Amino acid sequence: MAKVLMKGNEAIGEAAIRAGCLNYFAYPITPQTEVAEYLSRRLPEVGGVFLQGESEVAVSYMLFGASACGARVFTTSSSPGVSLMSEGLSYITAAQCPAVIVNIMRGGPGLGGILPSQGDYFQATKGGGHGDYHLLVLAPASVQETVEMVMSAFILAEKYRNPVMILGDGLIGQMMEPAELPPMQPLNTEIPEWAVRGTQGGEKRVLTSINLDPPAQEVMNLRLMTRWQEIEKNEIRYKEYFMEDAEYVVVGFGTAGRVSLSAVRAAREQGVKVGLLRPISLAPFPNEVLDALSEKVKAFLVVEMNAGQMLEDVRLVVRGRKPVEFFGRMGGVVPFPDEVLTEIKRLVEAPPTTQGHPRDRWLARLAETLG
Amino acid sequence: MGFKHMIDSDRCKGCGLCIMVCPKNVLEISTEVNAKGYFPAYQAQPEDCIFCTACCIMCPDVAITITETIEDAAAEKIKRGSNG
Amino acid sequence: MVVTDMPTRIVNQRPKTFEPITTHYCPGCTHGVAHRLVAEVLEEMGEIENTIGVASVGCSVFAYNYFNLDFVEAAHGRAPAMATGIKRVYPERTVFTYQGDGDLASIGMGEIVGAASRGEEITVIFINNANYGMTGGQMAPTTLPGQRTTSSPTGRDVERQGYPIQTAELLSTLEGASYIVRRSMHSSREIRRAKQAIRTAFEVQKHGMGFSLVELLSTCPTNWGLTPVDARKWVEERMLPYYPLGDFKVAAAVADLKF
Repeated sequence: MAKVLMKGNEAIGEAAIRAGCLNYFAYPITPQTEVAEYLSRRLPEVGGVFLQGESEVAVSYMLFGASACGARVFTTSSSPGVSLMSEGLSYITAAQCPAVIVNIMRGGPGLGGILPSQGDYFQATKGGGHGDYHLLVLAPASVQETVEMVMSAFILAEKYRNPVMILGDGLIGQMMEPAELPPMQPLNTEIPEWAVRGTQGGEKRVLTSINLDPPAQEVMNLRLMTRWQEIEKNEIRYKEYFMEDAEYVVVGFGTAGRVSLSAVRAAREQGVKVGLLRPISLAPFPNEVLDALSEKVKAFLVVEMNAGQMLEDVRLVVRGRKPVEFFGRMGGVVPFPDEVLTEIKRLVEAPPTTQGHPRDRWLARLAETLG
Repeated sequence: MGFKHMIDSDRCKGCGLCIMVCPKNVLEISTEVNAKGYFPAYQAQPEDCIFCTACCIMCPDVAITITETIEDAAAEKIKRGSNG
Repeated sequence: MVVTDMPTRIVNQRPKTFEPITTHYCPGCTHGVAHRLVAEVLEEMGEIENTIGVASVGCSVFAYNYFNLDFVEAAHGRAPAMATGIKRVYPERTVFTYQGDGDLASIGMGEIVGAASRGEEITVIFINNANYGMTGGQMAPTTLPGQRTTSSPTGRDVERQGYPIQTAELLSTLEGASYIVRRSMHSSREIRRAKQAIRTAFEVQKHGMGFSLVELLSTCPTNWGLTPVDARKWVEERMLPYYPLGDFKVAAAVADLKF
């Protein structure tokens, strides 16, 4: 199939349509508004539903309503908007409805900036909204990967009756890359046996998440957790690069992982035995591979575009067996490969420690760099 | 032509709205408590009831039913218009 | 039901869409009346197998227990957005929301204005009882000046707490809204009129004529601290002057609607 040069945001929109999702509710927010603009033209062409809601809050419930009927539906937003959707995502998960949300992260917290960051890792992977629940979180690092992820997200969401979040960032959303778009998937017109549809003469169905009886609510919580365990077992995704003889491992996801790959390549050319672990499923997190690496390698360097969020999950798995250092940029600043290369060399040359917190050491260096 | 007025006393919460709205003062609150702990309404003067359905319309618990036994099918046919 | 060997005609009984269980609503609360009217209308229109209700957060949070209809539960205020999602994706379904003061006129004001201005083809049943019932009687956007509630214990002070919102009037200014009316449930005559309005509202939806809303003045005996009988008098004497009954928006096509 031919490759098309596409802007990430537009590729997301087109991929959703090809995945057989013809329902999109959204609210404009930089840096992902192009998805809505693209789909406002494209969805009517394919007989789909496009609606710009009055706020992200409203959009999250339009998503819920459509999803409760068993229809494939998705939305896109960016960090502050996703915060507004957090309650809705909690409700959608509690009612066991499938939905796909794409978060094109920007600088934060607060109104923040419009350039890329990875500052919503905690929000995405630890739930975001209230209560005991998890989103299935996937992190792409290129437009092609995003396209493939969008295609599979709907299938995963329906398989587990759980929302799936694709955690991208402004770089992926805005950049143009060649991508192979899959063919149109057939539309699914069947209404699932759990969805509301109007009784049609059958038993009534109610999709609700309120349960005033604690033991009954606990049973509900257990069901959600059991399902999460299934997801943990089946849906771990990651990529390893230059790992066979690696003595040091860089861990980075999304754009930070991609930048780190360039740095790892450069380091290899200089004879440094470093590899890259790029988690693709952030929730569930690839604990096992990291655990195995903890026995093998000398030290880890976590690279993120935030103040150290995935860092916590890495430290948890490594549990002090080996040093874990950190390098991050925040506020919409995207690190350059040579910055990461400098950090890799620092890791290799200076004796790293398992004492103290890597964030503190990094912050001290960053403060110096920024003057 | 026999109309029947029935109050489901287990459904009734004794709110008294039917009593207030009855044009013929047929209904009163009973002194016998129901399973939920309410004192339900009942027809104290059933012979005065004109089956106007004001009580049915007012009742928030839809506890009142009025039916009509059809003794004469022909008479019923003549009468048949709306069914309440 | 009466079991008899004589043929029996029902003059008035519980509609079968209204489940035969005791509601949790307080004695004299007109939620039960509103539920019954919605159930009757949907039955008479033959829509009960095609309807999806959106329950909201308030005393009626368990409304779905009382209707033999498919239902979803929305978060507080978001029912119009959920209804929008459902109706946009399945336009042939009959979709309605059932909301109270806080849900619709406070936290949900953005959603109801959004849905009405977009002319979403849904029907909204709005229960106005001038307070937040479920949470114990706090001040609502519909609480009257001077009215005592648990969060305005000395009476609503318009200087510091502002004026109530007349929702039907407010929404009727929206071009996208097709049928916005206010009725009451404080007497059997007004209940009859309310039923007609609810029927019209659902017919507006069925005929694809746009957004319909029926605001229903309702009693809240428990939180008003009144008997059910006195509570209905309070509606008549205190609420009607501020919330007059009437048709605030009737689109031209709706005015000509015959059913």
